[in-house]
Amino acid sequence: MFAYYLDLARRSFRRNVTLTVLMIVAIAFGVGASMTTLTVLHVLSVDPIPGKSQNLYVVQLDPRRALGYIPGQEPLEQMTRAESEALLRAATADRQAMMTSGNAAVEPQRSGLAPFFVDGRWTTTDFFPMFQVPFLTGAAWSRDDDTSGARVAVIARPLADKLYGTTQAVGRTIRVRGNDLRVIGVIDDWRPSPHFYDLNNDTYAKGEQLFVPFSTSRDLKLDRSGSLDCWDEPSGDPLAVGAPCVWLQLWVELDSKDKAAAYHDYLVSYSLEQMRVGRFQRPPNVRLRNVTEWLEFKGVVPNDVRLQTWISAGFLLVCLINTVGLLLTKFLRRSVEIGVRRALGASKRSIFLQLLIEAGTIGLVGGTLGLGLAWLGLWVVRHQPADYADLARLDLPMLATTFALAILASLLAGLLPAWRGCQVTPAIQLKSH
Amino acid sequence: MPMLHMKDVSKLFRTEMVETHALRDLTLEVADGEFLAVTGPSGSGKTTFLNIAGLLEELTGGEYLLDGVNVTQLDDRARSRLRNEKIGFVFQSFNLIPDLNLLDNVDVPLRYRGLGRADRKRRIEAALARVGLASRARHYPAELSGGQQQRVAIARAIAGDPKLLLADEPTGNLDSQMAREVMQLLEDLNAQGTVVVIVTHDPEIAARAQRNIHIVDGVASDIERAPALVRPGRAAAQPSAQG
Repeated sequence: MFAYYLDLARRSFRRNVTLTVLMIVAIAFGVGASMTTLTVLHVLSVDPIPGKSQNLYVVQLDPRRALGYIPGQEPLEQMTRAESEALLRAATADRQAMMTSGNAAVEPQRSGLAPFFVDGRWTTTDFFPMFQVPFLTGAAWSRDDDTSGARVAVIARPLADKLYGTTQAVGRTIRVRGNDLRVIGVIDDWRPSPHFYDLNNDTYAKGEQLFVPFSTSRDLKLDRSGSLDCWDEPSGDPLAVGAPCVWLQLWVELDSKDKAAAYHDYLVSYSLEQMRVGRFQRPPNVRLRNVTEWLEFKGVVPNDVRLQTWISAGFLLVCLINTVGLLLTKFLRRSVEIGVRRALGASKRSIFLQLLIEAGTIGLVGGTLGLGLAWLGLWVVRHQPADYADLARLDLPMLATTFALAILASLLAGLLPAWRGCQVTPAIQLKSH
Repeated sequence: MPMLHMKDVSKLFRTEMVETHALRDLTLEVADGEFLAVTGPSGSGKTTFLNIAGLLEELTGGEYLLDGVNVTQLDDRARSRLRNEKIGFVFQSFNLIPDLNLLDNVDVPLRYRGLGRADRKRRIEAALARVGLASRARHYPAELSGGQQQRVAIARAIAGDPKLLLADEPTGNLDSQMAREVMQLLEDLNAQGTVVVIVTHDPEIAARAQRNIHIVDGVASDIERAPALVRPGRAAAQPSAQG
């Protein structure tokens, strides 16, 4: 009967093309607008490191002076170099990595290629396994390289292609700010979005191209980027170990809740110890947030994106209500036909199914058109001056969601009219006609 | 076993303001092979009787057996199946579906019976041939005269080989020539064993039936010829209305 109902739906569409087109357009616009904003929301709020987001924690301490202390106040969002290095040395977590973003001039050795700047990350070796950085060739540097300031680098695929015309770059030399570093690894395209491990610059930043041991970056005085907050006037280099400034991110990996609780206690003890020796003046003020909590705390999804999603959902609702009205009109105008079908043996359920399939078909067509509109909407979004713009693309789950939404929407819109339609009293319709 | 057995059947229509007894304690049997005409003034309850007989309306009281099946407690699905298998309808306004050609119109009851394509095709062609319209199977209702449309409606009604044909003023919208043709068709069907129950205002049409019953104010009475199968209702003959 399904094929028969589909054929009846096709005939019904042909019978009243204008009404059918109106319904399809209403659903298409509603679905298109909703899917555009939902896709943007989806790409902005997706888990950047599925499977590990509950085990990776960002560390926050409060090393500021007592002056201005307000109980309950949030600690600083970044770490001092002294605390980062101390906690790194203590190595109490399963893994730990300190880092800062940087920017460095690269001098290509290929002729015809002018020097250029690349975004980099000056970090420690655990960064790579903690954040599941995919290596094409080679590997990360060692702990010894971390402590010795080894002249090594890991580069990203685009940089390898640009510098050497191949990703087989392990063993080659890259000249950074006048210093030769040995390439020991090439990573594949990698762009966690949002850029959760450092939200100081662009939240949806493109991935870094150059990775250098943190100690090396300090030895070579590579430029860093991102925010730098000092609670006192630094007497010398604000990036020095004892400077009263925060500019580093410290992440730890803890593979159980118990370990996370223990690490939190450890941070409290550390803070108390620092108070005891006079470095910290405030009571222990510790935060240990996993990736999900960190993104929530930082409010990475822009409010206007959330607002747009709600508005487009409202728009879809209006379109649906409109479609409900149009379907009601369409179905009830066919009361006589429904009455005839009932008289000839159709049960209420048969009529209900017939009308629902008609509504679902409208949803399918509207959804296909809505998919095109969503694609167009996302194309427009990609041309907006937002750091997430180029992420706005329909992926497979969103594609499936679009169709599901369209069909669900039209079935929902069709439920009431189909129910009303199947309740038509045949006797009245057949006599009154 | 009679084709149609009604005992003390009543139908009450209720609104917030009024109650109307459309049928009162109707007791009736229609035997296999009968041709019955139901007459009566407008609003007397003829069509209500036909709708109840055709399982298009539920009765308020009494008992109704269609071909031995007690329909009183059946759910919508079972009633629909029974209607599809046992009953064919012919309406005054033909009630063909305008955007289906004749073939597809006749196909409608067969679809709901769930028959296979070949069986449906055979039945459709036979039904259209029976009413003399086989050559116009691909035409649409609007391309036919009123008489032809009613013949298509009859083809649709008989395509499923029902045992009972219910016709509500089948000649009401036709000129006399076409009315005669349609009546001839119904008589032929009856001659071949189909029970025909026809509701009509037209005494000439009623006179062609083997048996007449007359309904006035919801109360039925046998008015001629046939054995006394119809008993007047027990209740008073006047309709009642309650505010």
